Amino acid sequence: MSEKYVNARGLQCPGPLVQLSREAKNAAKGDRIIVEATDMGFKKDVAAWCAKTGNRLVNIGECNGVVRAEIEVS
Amino acid sequence: MPVEASNGEDRKTIIVFSGDLDRAMAAFIIATGAAAMGSKVTMFFTFWGLNILRKPSGEAVRKPLLDRLFGWMMPRGPAKLGLSKMNMGGLGARMMRYVMKQKKVASLEELMDTAKELGVKLVACTMSMDVMGLRPEELIDGLEFAGVATYLSEADRANVNLFI
Repeated sequence: MSEKYVNARGLQCPGPLVQLSREAKNAAKGDRIIVEATDMGFKKDVAAWCAKTGNRLVNIGECNGVVRAEIEVS
Repeated sequence: MPVEASNGEDRKTIIVFSGDLDRAMAAFIIATGAAAMGSKVTMFFTFWGLNILRKPSGEAVRKPLLDRLFGWMMPRGPAKLGLSKMNMGGLGARMMRYVMKQKKVASLEELMDTAKELGVKLVACTMSMDVMGLRPEELIDGLEFAGVATYLSEADRANVNLFI
Protein backbone atom coordinates (compact mmCIF):
# COMPACT_ATOMS: atom_id res chain seq x y z
CA MET A 1 0.00 0.00 0.00
CA SER A 2 1.95 2.98 -1.23
CA GLU A 3 1.50 6.69 -1.18
CA LYS A 4 1.96 8.81 -4.28
CA TYR A 5 2.33 12.54 -4.45
CA VAL A 6 1.11 14.53 -7.42
CA ASN A 7 2.30 18.10 -7.71
CA ALA A 8 -0.33 19.81 -9.83
CA ARG A 9 0.52 23.29 -8.62
CA GLY A 10 0.36 25.86 -11.36
CA LEU A 11 -1.65 23.58 -13.61
CA GLN A 12 -4.98 24.81 -14.82
CA CYS A 13 -8.09 22.71 -15.32
CA PRO A 14 -8.13 19.98 -16.56
CA GLY A 15 -4.45 19.53 -15.70
CA PRO A 16 -4.77 18.38 -12.08
CA LEU A 17 -7.57 15.95 -12.98
CA VAL A 18 -5.57 14.47 -15.82
CA GLN A 19 -2.51 13.97 -13.57
CA LEU A 20 -4.68 12.39 -10.92
CA SER A 21 -6.34 10.02 -13.37
CA ARG A 22 -2.92 8.99 -14.72
CA GLU A 23 -1.66 8.14 -11.22
CA ALA A 24 -4.87 6.34 -10.35
CA LYS A 25 -4.57 4.18 -13.45
CA ASN A 26 -1.18 2.92 -12.28
CA ALA A 27 -2.15 2.61 -8.64
CA ALA A 28 -3.25 -0.46 -6.73
CA LYS A 29 -6.27 -0.74 -4.49
CA GLY A 30 -5.54 0.78 -1.13
CA ASP A 31 -2.87 3.15 -2.40
CA ARG A 32 -3.08 6.75 -1.37
CA ILE A 33 -2.66 9.61 -3.80
CA ILE A 34 -2.03 13.11 -2.54
CA VAL A 35 -2.66 15.92 -5.01
CA GLU A 36 -1.74 19.52 -4.51
CA ALA A 37 -3.20 22.09 -6.89
CA THR A 38 -3.44 25.85 -7.06
CA ASP A 39 -6.50 25.73 -9.32
CA MET A 40 -9.32 26.67 -6.94
CA GLY A 41 -11.88 24.77 -9.01
CA PHE A 42 -10.07 21.58 -8.13
CA LYS A 43 -11.59 21.52 -4.66
CA LYS A 44 -15.03 20.75 -6.05
CA ASP A 45 -13.69 18.87 -9.05
CA VAL A 46 -11.77 16.30 -7.06
CA ALA A 47 -14.91 15.42 -5.09
CA ALA A 48 -16.83 14.97 -8.34
CA TRP A 49 -13.98 12.90 -9.80
CA CYS A 50 -13.96 10.60 -6.80
CA ALA A 51 -17.72 10.16 -6.83
CA LYS A 52 -17.61 9.37 -10.53
CA THR A 53 -14.67 6.98 -10.51
CA GLY A 54 -15.57 5.26 -7.25
CA ASN A 55 -12.43 6.29 -5.41
CA ARG A 56 -12.58 7.56 -1.86
CA LEU A 57 -11.83 11.16 -0.99
CA VAL A 58 -10.16 10.81 2.37
CA ASN A 59 -9.20 14.39 3.02
CA ILE A 60 -9.57 17.75 1.35
CA GLY A 61 -8.12 21.00 2.58
CA GLU A 62 -6.99 24.41 1.46
CA CYS A 63 -4.02 26.32 2.74
CA ASN A 64 -2.35 29.44 1.37
CA GLY A 65 -4.06 29.09 -1.98
CA VAL A 66 -3.15 25.44 -2.38
CA VAL A 67 -5.83 22.75 -2.46
CA ARG A 68 -4.61 19.49 -0.96
CA ALA A 69 -6.61 16.35 -1.59
CA GLU A 70 -5.96 12.85 -0.34
CA ILE A 71 -7.55 10.03 -2.30
CA GLU A 72 -7.68 6.36 -1.48
CA VAL A 73 -7.76 4.16 -4.55
CA SER A 74 -10.70 1.80 -4.26
CA MET B 1 -23.68 6.65 -9.26
CA PRO B 2 -23.02 7.70 -12.83
CA VAL B 3 -25.69 6.95 -15.39
CA GLU B 4 -24.49 3.95 -17.35
CA ALA B 5 -25.39 2.84 -20.84
CA SER B 6 -26.92 -0.57 -21.27
CA ASN B 7 -23.53 -2.15 -21.83
CA GLY B 8 -22.20 -0.59 -18.63
CA GLU B 9 -19.95 1.96 -20.26
CA ASP B 10 -20.03 5.68 -19.74
CA ARG B 11 -19.87 7.51 -23.06
CA LYS B 12 -19.85 11.13 -24.13
CA THR B 13 -20.13 12.60 -27.59
CA ILE B 14 -19.17 16.08 -28.66
CA ILE B 15 -19.90 17.59 -32.07
CA VAL B 16 -17.28 20.18 -32.87
CA PHE B 17 -18.91 22.40 -35.46
CA SER B 18 -17.02 25.60 -34.67
CA GLY B 19 -13.55 26.44 -35.81
CA ASP B 20 -12.97 29.13 -33.21
CA LEU B 21 -10.09 28.96 -30.76
CA ASP B 22 -12.22 29.56 -27.67
CA ARG B 23 -14.83 27.02 -28.70
CA ALA B 24 -12.18 24.45 -29.65
CA MET B 25 -10.56 24.88 -26.25
CA ALA B 26 -13.87 24.39 -24.47
CA ALA B 27 -14.50 21.23 -26.50
CA PHE B 28 -11.11 19.74 -25.72
CA ILE B 29 -11.14 20.71 -22.05
CA ILE B 30 -14.51 19.01 -21.62
CA ALA B 31 -13.38 15.97 -23.62
CA THR B 32 -10.16 15.63 -21.66
CA GLY B 33 -11.90 16.17 -18.34
CA ALA B 34 -14.49 13.53 -19.19
CA ALA B 35 -11.78 11.08 -20.22
CA ALA B 36 -9.93 11.76 -16.98
CA MET B 37 -13.13 10.81 -15.17
CA GLY B 38 -13.37 7.49 -16.96
CA SER B 39 -15.72 8.29 -19.82
CA LYS B 40 -15.28 7.02 -23.35
CA VAL B 41 -15.34 10.21 -25.37
CA THR B 42 -15.90 10.64 -29.10
CA MET B 43 -15.50 13.99 -30.80
CA PHE B 44 -17.04 14.55 -34.23
CA PHE B 45 -15.51 17.32 -36.26
CA THR B 46 -17.67 18.85 -38.92
CA PHE B 47 -17.60 22.01 -41.07
CA TRP B 48 -15.50 24.69 -39.44
CA GLY B 49 -14.39 22.23 -36.76
CA LEU B 50 -12.38 20.41 -39.41
CA ASN B 51 -9.98 23.34 -39.51
CA ILE B 52 -8.82 22.40 -36.03
CA LEU B 53 -7.62 19.11 -37.49
CA ARG B 54 -5.70 20.53 -40.41
CA LYS B 55 -1.98 19.92 -40.54
CA PRO B 56 -0.15 23.25 -40.12
CA SER B 57 2.26 22.42 -42.93
CA GLY B 58 0.52 22.86 -46.23
CA GLU B 59 0.28 19.44 -47.78
CA ALA B 60 0.63 19.58 -51.53
CA VAL B 61 -2.58 17.97 -52.70
CA ARG B 62 -3.92 18.05 -56.19
CA LYS B 63 -7.43 19.38 -56.15
CA PRO B 64 -9.82 21.55 -58.14
CA LEU B 65 -9.57 25.33 -57.87
CA LEU B 66 -12.71 25.82 -55.79
CA ASP B 67 -11.52 23.26 -53.24
CA ARG B 68 -8.15 24.97 -53.07
CA LEU B 69 -9.81 28.36 -52.62
CA PHE B 70 -11.74 27.06 -49.64
CA GLY B 71 -8.50 25.76 -48.18
CA TRP B 72 -6.74 29.12 -48.56
CA MET B 73 -9.56 31.06 -46.96
CA MET B 74 -9.81 28.93 -43.85
CA PRO B 75 -7.41 28.73 -40.90
CA ARG B 76 -4.98 25.87 -41.14
CA GLY B 77 -4.71 24.15 -37.79
CA PRO B 78 -5.04 25.16 -34.12
CA ALA B 79 -2.44 27.92 -34.23
CA LYS B 80 -4.37 29.84 -36.86
CA LEU B 81 -7.84 29.82 -35.33
CA GLY B 82 -9.62 33.06 -34.53
CA LEU B 83 -11.77 33.94 -31.56
CA SER B 84 -15.53 33.64 -31.83
CA LYS B 85 -15.85 37.20 -30.55
CA MET B 86 -13.49 40.20 -30.55
CA ASN B 87 -11.15 38.53 -32.93
CA MET B 88 -10.16 41.95 -34.30
CA GLY B 89 -8.52 40.53 -37.36
CA GLY B 90 -6.58 37.96 -35.38
CA LEU B 91 -5.37 40.28 -32.63
CA GLY B 92 -7.95 38.96 -30.19
CA ALA B 93 -6.78 35.41 -30.71
CA ARG B 94 -3.15 36.43 -30.18
CA MET B 95 -4.07 38.22 -26.95
CA MET B 96 -6.06 35.23 -25.74
CA ARG B 97 -3.18 32.88 -26.44
CA TYR B 98 -0.78 35.22 -24.65
CA VAL B 99 -2.99 35.47 -21.55
CA MET B 100 -3.49 31.72 -21.43
CA LYS B 101 0.25 31.14 -21.60
CA GLN B 102 0.79 33.64 -18.79
CA LYS B 103 -1.79 31.90 -16.63
CA LYS B 104 -0.38 28.47 -17.42
CA VAL B 105 -3.45 27.24 -19.23
CA ALA B 106 -2.59 24.42 -21.60
CA SER B 107 -2.49 25.43 -25.25
CA LEU B 108 -4.97 23.95 -27.71
CA GLU B 109 -2.23 21.82 -29.21
CA GLU B 110 -1.33 20.46 -25.77
CA LEU B 111 -4.99 19.75 -25.02
CA MET B 112 -5.31 17.86 -28.28
CA ASP B 113 -2.26 15.74 -27.45
CA THR B 114 -3.57 15.00 -23.96
CA ALA B 115 -6.99 14.09 -25.35
CA LYS B 116 -5.45 11.62 -27.77
CA GLU B 117 -3.27 10.18 -25.02
CA LEU B 118 -6.34 9.62 -22.85
CA GLY B 119 -8.04 7.71 -25.64
CA VAL B 120 -10.48 10.36 -26.85
CA LYS B 121 -11.65 9.35 -30.31
CA LEU B 122 -11.41 12.03 -32.99
CA VAL B 123 -13.70 11.51 -35.96
CA ALA B 124 -13.85 13.70 -39.07
CA CYS B 125 -17.09 14.11 -40.95
CA THR B 126 -16.48 12.99 -44.52
CA MET B 127 -19.39 14.95 -45.98
CA SER B 128 -18.21 18.33 -44.79
CA MET B 129 -14.64 17.41 -45.70
CA ASP B 130 -15.87 16.95 -49.22
CA VAL B 131 -17.83 20.22 -49.22
CA MET B 132 -14.81 22.17 -48.04
CA GLY B 133 -12.40 20.38 -50.28
CA LEU B 134 -10.32 18.86 -47.50
CA ARG B 135 -8.51 15.62 -48.19
CA PRO B 136 -7.51 13.10 -45.48
CA GLU B 137 -3.81 13.76 -46.15
CA GLU B 138 -4.32 17.36 -45.09
CA LEU B 139 -5.55 16.39 -41.66
CA ILE B 140 -3.52 15.21 -38.68
CA ASP B 141 -2.86 11.55 -37.93
CA GLY B 142 -4.94 9.42 -35.62
CA LEU B 143 -8.34 10.33 -37.03
CA GLU B 144 -11.27 8.18 -38.01
CA PHE B 145 -13.44 9.15 -40.95
CA ALA B 146 -17.18 8.64 -40.83
CA GLY B 147 -20.62 9.99 -41.55
CA VAL B 148 -23.74 10.94 -39.67
CA ALA B 149 -24.86 7.38 -38.91
CA THR B 150 -21.66 6.71 -36.98
CA TYR B 151 -22.18 9.87 -35.00
CA LEU B 152 -25.82 9.04 -34.24
CA SER B 153 -25.09 5.50 -33.14
CA GLU B 154 -22.45 6.82 -30.75
CA ALA B 155 -24.71 9.59 -29.51
CA ASP B 156 -27.46 7.03 -28.90
CA ARG B 157 -25.25 5.32 -26.37
CA ALA B 158 -23.87 8.47 -24.79
CA ASN B 159 -25.26 10.08 -21.66
CA VAL B 160 -23.96 13.51 -22.58
CA ASN B 161 -24.01 14.94 -26.08
CA LEU B 162 -22.70 18.41 -26.80
CA PHE B 163 -22.78 20.66 -29.86
CA ILE B 164 -19.95 23.14 -29.74
